[in-house]
Amino acid sequence: MNTLETLKSTDLDVSAIRRDFPGLHQSVHGKPLVYLDNAATTQKPTAVIEALDRFYRTDCSNVHRGVHELSERATKAFEDARVVVKHFINASREREIVFVRGTTEAINLVASSYARSRMKAGDEILISALEHHSNIVPWQLLSEQIGTRLVVAPISDSGELVLEEFERLLGPKTALVSMAHVSNALGTVMPVREIVRLAHTRGVPVLIDGAQAAPHLAVDVRELDCDFYAFSGHKVFGPTGIGVLWGRADLLERMPPYQGGGDMIRSVTFEKTTYNDLPYKFEAGTPHIAGAIGLGAALDYVSQLGIDRVTAYERELLAYGTELLRAIPGLRLIGTASEKSAVLSFVLDGIHPHDAGTVLDRSGIAVRTGHHCAQPVMARFDIPATTRASLAFYNTKEEIDALASGIRRVQELFR
Amino acid sequence: MTDIDIQELYQELILDHSRRPRNFRRPDGTTHQAEGYNPLCGDRVTVYLQMDNDVVSDAAFQGDGCAISKASASLMTESVKGKTRAEVESLFSRFHAAATGSGSADPVCLGKLAVFSGLRGFPTRVKCATLAWHTLRAALEQKASLVSTEGEETLQ
Repeated sequence: MNTLETLKSTDLDVSAIRRDFPGLHQSVHGKPLVYLDNAATTQKPTAVIEALDRFYRTDCSNVHRGVHELSERATKAFEDARVVVKHFINASREREIVFVRGTTEAINLVASSYARSRMKAGDEILISALEHHSNIVPWQLLSEQIGTRLVVAPISDSGELVLEEFERLLGPKTALVSMAHVSNALGTVMPVREIVRLAHTRGVPVLIDGAQAAPHLAVDVRELDCDFYAFSGHKVFGPTGIGVLWGRADLLERMPPYQGGGDMIRSVTFEKTTYNDLPYKFEAGTPHIAGAIGLGAALDYVSQLGIDRVTAYERELLAYGTELLRAIPGLRLIGTASEKSAVLSFVLDGIHPHDAGTVLDRSGIAVRTGHHCAQPVMARFDIPATTRASLAFYNTKEEIDALASGIRRVQELFR
Repeated sequence: MTDIDIQELYQELILDHSRRPRNFRRPDGTTHQAEGYNPLCGDRVTVYLQMDNDVVSDAAFQGDGCAISKASASLMTESVKGKTRAEVESLFSRFHAAATGSGSADPVCLGKLAVFSGLRGFPTRVKCATLAWHTLRAALEQKASLVSTEGEETLQ
């Protein structure tokens, strides 16, 4: 915390950073692109694009198989990426890092393997009211399969978890707590340490959905003391189709495989198959090798900038944007938690977000409009949708200014 | 606003109908009704019809959505009154062709609906305009279930 406060936004050379992202330098509908849809996916730095290119040009081979040079190179690069991930989230062992397609698959893996094998009818999975659909639907599928119950801890009008209610809902039947680290629709930073502490007091394991946290905040799974942590590569400047499930080795050890196939086995006969060690037990089939290598490059890039510097810069950007947007009459911010990260979600009086999004797009401003895969959040605030501007470290105050003028143009048109 | 596309899309007629939608009511007795839903943006519309044999004698709607979807529902209810089922179908095809820029829709036959030809530069917004029409067709067929724009390909 102290280091964060002493860091200044000037510690980050944003114009140099922007030069690293070729996607930012283009015109859209004749206007310079203002990319404010980072919570959906981020642009990629040259380092990531080149890592993918290098793999496919010179190291393209399968992993953990061949004895030939290319396969050795590919395997090394793939496993090196796992080490990068380990350091990025401060995990203690590489074997706790499972490569998956993304956060969605990570949560489905825990639901299918961990929860299905251990839980019984009547057991409860406790989530919050601000979860993304990917932290709701896998648990509903599980309920249909084995009769578990989904329990939802409420959020306040500002979009914060009501901690007393959460504590009250933690009961003898709670078998797992699964919560977002940062809300994608509202930007709320959840009190994850407190959530984990309260759950662990009652012996309940905790899964944290870190999809919206990894690009913005330092993630330290040992300090968080959680049991599973999931995040997506593409939201942290890496490729799509690759993500990470981190789990405590002792839990992962005891879990049955998620999918069957190549790479996840030690030996196969028609009578009996023995499974491979961690993490390969959960990585059936040829993985997204290039994706993992690209993710490693992305995390290296972020680490070089310094995640604390990123957090400090984005905090200042968010404060600037919040003030600017609050000053616009007829605009209401949705999600006003005291701890927020990188998201400005809002509605405009009498103007549907889809119309706002279309007009902003024609001004070169990319925002997301809709329910953000969080329909229960929209229902909580009694709105069909919001317009969401979401930030990354390459965004600037000038771009927030452009958003504010864009919003005023929208209001003029629909006056 | 200087953007020509935006002005083409949000013409005064559309803005007017979105601000003050016509036939925005739930009639006392109707012979046909259906509810439509666009899961991408959460727009919902309910279309109410009074059929007099084969002729639409009254059309109304309720719901919430973007300017395009409200204006489309409003202009649709105005334009289908007094028309037979076959005429409504034919009007829808011409409307759809104009909105997607496919085929050569004759603006004269379309009347006020020609205003939706501005949609051709905005393919992601076509569904906003067709939601009310799909719902209307479902009402005519007396389909009981909720109509979704995500079935558009099969509905056409």
